[in-house]
Amino acid sequence: MLANKRMLALGTGAVAVAMTVTACSSGAVQSGNGSTGGAGGAVTLKVATVNNGQMKDMEKLKTEYESANPGVTVNFQVMEEGDLRAAVTADVASGAGQYDIVTIGAYETPQWGANGWLVDLTPDLQADSSYDVNDLLPPVRDVNSYDGKLFAVPFYGESSILMYNKEVMDKAGVTIPQNPTWQQVADAAKKVNTADMAGICMRGKPGWGDLFAPLTTVVQTFGGNWYDSNWKATVDTPEWKEAVGFYKKMLDESGEKDPVSYSFNECLTALKEGKAAMWADASVAASMLEAADSPVKGKMGYAHMPVDKTKESGWLWSWNLAIPTSTKQKDAALKFVKWATSKDYIKLVGNKIGWSNVPPGSRTSTYSIPEYKEAAKAYAPITLDVMSSVNPKQPGVNPQPWVGIQYVSIPEFQDVGNQCAQLVADYLANRGTIDDALSKCQSVAQAAGDKHKK
Amino acid sequence: MTATTTTPQPAELEDVKAATATDKRRVQKKELWRNRSLLLPAVIFLILLTQIPFLTTIGFSLTKWNLLYPNDRAFAGFDNYTSALTSGDLWPSIRATVLITAFSVTLAVLFGLLFAVLLDRQFRGRALARTLMITPFLIMPAAASLIWKYSMFDTNIGMINWVLQSLHLPVVAWSTEHPMATVVIVLTWQFTPFMMLILLAGLQGQDKGILEAAQVDGAGAWRTFTWITLPHLRMYVEIGVLLGSVIILQVFDPIAILTKGTGGTKTLAYLLYERAFIGLDVGQAAAYGVVTVILTIIVATIALKSVFKVFMAGGSR
Repeated sequence: MLANKRMLALGTGAVAVAMTVTACSSGAVQSGNGSTGGAGGAVTLKVATVNNGQMKDMEKLKTEYESANPGVTVNFQVMEEGDLRAAVTADVASGAGQYDIVTIGAYETPQWGANGWLVDLTPDLQADSSYDVNDLLPPVRDVNSYDGKLFAVPFYGESSILMYNKEVMDKAGVTIPQNPTWQQVADAAKKVNTADMAGICMRGKPGWGDLFAPLTTVVQTFGGNWYDSNWKATVDTPEWKEAVGFYKKMLDESGEKDPVSYSFNECLTALKEGKAAMWADASVAASMLEAADSPVKGKMGYAHMPVDKTKESGWLWSWNLAIPTSTKQKDAALKFVKWATSKDYIKLVGNKIGWSNVPPGSRTSTYSIPEYKEAAKAYAPITLDVMSSVNPKQPGVNPQPWVGIQYVSIPEFQDVGNQCAQLVADYLANRGTIDDALSKCQSVAQAAGDKHKK
Repeated sequence: MTATTTTPQPAELEDVKAATATDKRRVQKKELWRNRSLLLPAVIFLILLTQIPFLTTIGFSLTKWNLLYPNDRAFAGFDNYTSALTSGDLWPSIRATVLITAFSVTLAVLFGLLFAVLLDRQFRGRALARTLMITPFLIMPAAASLIWKYSMFDTNIGMINWVLQSLHLPVVAWSTEHPMATVVIVLTWQFTPFMMLILLAGLQGQDKGILEAAQVDGAGAWRTFTWITLPHLRMYVEIGVLLGSVIILQVFDPIAILTKGTGGTKTLAYLLYERAFIGLDVGQAAAYGVVTVILTIIVATIALKSVFKVFMAGGSR
């Protein structure tokens, strides 16, 4: 009997591991059915994409493309960001060729381009004058290039801006300049902070894409950065201490009460409900604050991301379309990518779905379409202004060995950022000291940096 | 004579007619195999689903394999185990898992007992009350965590803080200041109905005659409860604790949604998730998985052994 019980325990354990493994390799398992298009002129394109509003609009509009290109069928596989990253990485890295077009972030493009996993789009796009590759916003082109070659084209892009409730500011007699400093913002936040309304809402949820998206830009404008130009980690520096200390002080004095629970969506709710007066976050939030059902519609003011030692401090992110080298229908895929990121597509979205749904931050020309200017007049000019003036090659005070702003484009960064975010969160919650958090983070970051030293 | 014996001794059988015996044995064997073959699909299914992935995991754990460096895949020996055991993540994680499980299970049993006693009597709308009480256990763990995050713990719109504010008490930032308590509260809320169901079954299985006899003997309600009902419930409490612990040991959702593993709430399941999906390090994640399984087996063996003993003793009670 006892032996049976032990077997039961063993079995239970084995099931636990089995589940772990299937979860771990879910991306790798589904790599069997390579597409068999091309036969008899009929082509089926498989597109892996992320479940954002703009991508879903693209799926709705694919029939337009299919009717303009007889014989072509476009199949979308829409996934959650994390799932997409795992599935696409596994497929592209193993060369399985399951997808003809993949949606990837600005963080992946240069890494994958360097690995030789993506088709270099530069020659084809430059040859096509009607596509007008130079119309794509220059900083967005920079983050999606490696070694001067464009490996992905932006579908939409965003930066970060400061958003504030004008009514609250006016009542307190505070004016926010177009290019504020962090000190000004912290002072203003303190002034408008009440028991009912936080002065400012900032992300505190531990995660490389949560807390560290804004915090990295704060560190960079305070003169710090993750690595110096020789991939030596520089986390245990006075600049980091000043920046992280500033972030905590601002949150303690006038931030939301429960920072570990707060990220983009929570802050968005707080702003809408009048529970926070200011918010520095992704520029795409502006379109949500100005949406028809938003209680603060028309009451918001927008400014550049606050700075300290640099001129601009906005981040830069884009979701892009890329073609894996493993595809068997490169030409058809290229044609679709060009269509989905063309000037005509933007107009198509405007006419068919609505001008406020147009994918922003990809093309300069979008911002001169009259209908879009009217629909997004509150935030379109500042978005374009910030997006064209940020410098992803050197966002901080000192040069850095990668291109990108609120992240480090090395594969280990997700892990480094996550572990450091948890350490910083402990400091934010008064469970540890800043020196302890930063010195631990330094050793985590250094271990990753060592792999990239030349 | 011997040939007609219905149940012959084996020795006799071989003495008389060896051939028949072999045939008989062959028939028996045939029958046995037919019986077994009926089980075979289930057995194959079980092996495919449990043992092969288990072996694969062991294989993975001996491999240097990070999804981000797909071309750099090689045999690593016990490197992954060394790094899992020396990285300093494992012991805090075991501690977090044990503490969260212990607190949640204990509190759930106490509350479960309370509600079971309350529901074990006749009153109007008892069926409705029971259904309502069971609801938390039927909600998906992720949904339960989200409900708590927004409608209970939130500093702006949460009910707990609304109550605190109405009483002029300071607002509590649950996830930031009390991460462990946050997770334990959600788990207790979810598992109280589970414990309640088991204990209620126990209470209803109690012989009413004994209770009446106690009453006749002059025992008060409290003494009847502590001296008769509680000993009777012991077995049910033990089952509840065992099952509850096994489920809560693998807890993931409240941590991923509420605390993100900060403040001593990084359980083994969450640690494993981080290694696999954020570190994308298949080898190391597999090593953590194997270590977790070994620990679970040790704990489960001890637990099952003691429970098994209790069952034996329970028979004589």
